[in-house]
Amino acid sequence: MNLTLKIWRQSGPDDRGDFATYDVRDISDDMSFLEMLDVLNEDLIGKGQEPVAFDSDCREGICGTCGLMISGQAHGPEVTTTCQLHMRSFSDGETITVEPWRASSFPVLRDLVVDRSAFDRIIQSGGYISVNTGAAPEAHSVPVPKANADRAFDTATCIGCGACVAACPNASGMLFMGAKIAHLGELPQGQPERDSRVVSMVNQHDAEGFGGCTNIGECAAACPKEIPLDVINQLNKDFRKAKKGAH
Amino acid sequence: MSDLIQDLYREGEPIADTKCPDGPIENRWTEAKFENKLVNPSNRRKLSVIIVGTGLAGGAAAATLGEAGYHVKSFCYQDSPRRAHSIAAQGGINAAKNYNDDGDSTYRLFYDTVKGGDYRSRETNVYRLAEVSTAIIDQCVAQGVPFAREYGGLLDNRSFGGVQVARTFYARGQTGQQLLIGAYQAMERQVTAGTVEAFTRHEMLEVIVVDGRARGIIARDMVTGEIETHLADAVVLASGGYGNVYFLSTNAMGCNVTATWRAHRKGAYFGNPCYTQIHPTCIPVSGEHQAKLTLMSESLRNDGRIWVPKNRDDCDKDPRDIPEEDRDYYLERIYPAFGNLVPRDIASRQAKAMCDDGRGVGPKVGDFRRGVYLDFADAMERLSRDQVAAKYGNLFDMYQRITGESPYEVPMRIYPAVHYTMGGLWVDYDLETTIPGLFAAGEANFSDHGANRLGASSLMQCLADGYFVLPNTIRDYLAAGPFEKVDEQHEAVVEARAEVTGRIEKLLSINGERTVDSFHRELGHIMWEYCGMERSEEGLNKAIELIRSLRAEFWRNVRVLGSADTLNQSLEKAGRVVDFLELGELMCIDALHRRESCGGHFRAESQTEDGEALRDDDKFAYVAAWEFGADRTGDDVALTPTLHKEDLVYNFIELKQRSYK
Repeated sequence: MNLTLKIWRQSGPDDRGDFATYDVRDISDDMSFLEMLDVLNEDLIGKGQEPVAFDSDCREGICGTCGLMISGQAHGPEVTTTCQLHMRSFSDGETITVEPWRASSFPVLRDLVVDRSAFDRIIQSGGYISVNTGAAPEAHSVPVPKANADRAFDTATCIGCGACVAACPNASGMLFMGAKIAHLGELPQGQPERDSRVVSMVNQHDAEGFGGCTNIGECAAACPKEIPLDVINQLNKDFRKAKKGAH
Repeated sequence: MSDLIQDLYREGEPIADTKCPDGPIENRWTEAKFENKLVNPSNRRKLSVIIVGTGLAGGAAAATLGEAGYHVKSFCYQDSPRRAHSIAAQGGINAAKNYNDDGDSTYRLFYDTVKGGDYRSRETNVYRLAEVSTAIIDQCVAQGVPFAREYGGLLDNRSFGGVQVARTFYARGQTGQQLLIGAYQAMERQVTAGTVEAFTRHEMLEVIVVDGRARGIIARDMVTGEIETHLADAVVLASGGYGNVYFLSTNAMGCNVTATWRAHRKGAYFGNPCYTQIHPTCIPVSGEHQAKLTLMSESLRNDGRIWVPKNRDDCDKDPRDIPEEDRDYYLERIYPAFGNLVPRDIASRQAKAMCDDGRGVGPKVGDFRRGVYLDFADAMERLSRDQVAAKYGNLFDMYQRITGESPYEVPMRIYPAVHYTMGGLWVDYDLETTIPGLFAAGEANFSDHGANRLGASSLMQCLADGYFVLPNTIRDYLAAGPFEKVDEQHEAVVEARAEVTGRIEKLLSINGERTVDSFHRELGHIMWEYCGMERSEEGLNKAIELIRSLRAEFWRNVRVLGSADTLNQSLEKAGRVVDFLELGELMCIDALHRRESCGGHFRAESQTEDGEALRDDDKFAYVAAWEFGADRTGDDVALTPTLHKEDLVYNFIELKQRSYK
């Protein structure tokens, strides 16, 4: 198929940036979206033009490195990561707009590459269980009911890609943060720090400039790992209880 | 020093000392931990350690050394430590917990790992690995890693990789992700504590060696392009494996050999570079545009039947129209006892043989069809569609997403792909390389897996190294520190910086005709063809010639656009391909010199009458540790490495030839 691509080009963090239009030809259905961009880049280099910068690493949907706004949708039209989106989801002659994540907490570094280190700082503020290496008790000393273990797993599958922030009209990071609160809060090991964790993480989230949840639900719809929206309920509940010192 | 052997390499002195303790094998690690010197807690903050890589080995080591109070500087090329490629491991992690009382023990895990490595690993190291395996599970559970559990709330185990006990802990198909997030969170906790400094989007490009000791690294800030000097008392490389030398592999796009190769060039020996693992159940290549290959869990072979058409004319037919009598279930035919469950290397090699015979299926890439069928039709009749979906649903969905075909309707197509590299920097029992103060952990070192790695053992080794081994061995080295402060103007620092900036300037100034990817792809073709599943004297000699001329062309004709002082992904890739172009030659030399078949290394000249791998323990029961060497004639460079042998002595396990007939 032949396609027209409108791609955001920005030479550096201080550049204003603008769209550039490219035509790509003979794209096969079996290509992934990022392989299609690889083909474009090889073509651009051949013409002596600098290739489009974009992030990707594992290309199997698990590392969370890639992430593009594709015609206005985070990771494009399917419920998956950009690297697992294939060209059979598009049709011949289509014009596709490709942008970086748009959120002031994720500044653009170049073209389609953004800085998501705010997520690392949210984890640094409390997204862990404090246990030094060697200090752990025998693994079977604390049974975990299967229902809690399964819920912890479901919320721990977050890959930290940032699609939730990019999709949210208020650029909120609360689905990301709620997933971590739910993961650790479901487990007996996570109880001692449950109150302090949620308060620190929420403070850091706000300090990074992420917005509050406005109950739109775009985040959960865009999430390639289908993290459920109700982790935000749990986040809010934990925060309220922590403020009262109830846990 | 000997003359050049086969015009390719020299033979040097054997390895003098591996620092392995003596005595009963079950006491050795305890004894080593006691003998290793201690560092007073109040002195630890004065001691600094650089750790390159934030996967399971690097992330765990950074967290643990930070908790102990050392000053750690952690580096990764990714935008966050959480993205290291350990995250993609699917199956699970082994540990000798014996929770099922099915006869497992430290000794059995040790035995299985040595046997699985085809008797080419160091006994004392492997025993230690098995010994610390249980503490890993305790640690991860305490961190909140959501392992699979049974209804009683206790941990579930499964049997994995052909062993007869259930010792594999898992978190659905995402075990690597969950373990890595555990290590990442532990490390980020230390960032807040102030013991760990994290440098993301930084790539290590050179190691600094002062007076024979590793004292730091040169790194490039991949956003600003700034070349930075980082100094420390010790350096740990936990930078992963080098499977991307094949261009197409299951590795992440950014996985590279640069950190370890640069250390090798500075004097660290490279152990067993030719030992690579090829995984049989990957999704086949669909065209020349392909950037990477995707692995599917080999558990698929438990219920799927592998076949190709008997007749070449049938290869382009719809498989459902090929009658039963025209199908060749070749693994069941050749290996009636094990059938579709033969080990990874045999399944891989036979798939290649079928395709070489012109009976491959799927789309033609170039002139060949590279794929075989993995058929679930019988399984769906025997079980039910729902039961098959319950077992393999997520894998079927992944397959359908990539290929557009439903395995419920049409047989899957699979083909082998490079998955893991057992070789890596040579290290002694302390995980120290031949450069004092330079350590290597995880897939970056050569230790523990011998010539072939067992399933669910990679995560175990990385976390053993990072959480428990390295922190207990590096203190013996650091106890002599802090070492004399190195000035940034020191000759060795200036020289290392100049090497980096010179290389970058050169790459940007060639302005030739070919892209970096086109060179990388060509190198990958050479490696896959001649140093892949089956290697021969003739093929390897040819590969060495081809690599040398490709490398010469690269330095004449590569085109790297843009500048050094911005985010420049072409420049990053070019620097990595430079090192792959040298590593590939060393792999071929290693493969050529090892005239035996063992584990993942199959030499066409060394096989039994039945076509099975044939080891030669009399001549090759040693680790090949290569010292860097190169001869230059004009613009052409040829590697002329020196081989140092570490003899492998088996005092506890008897060497046996395997058979799967």
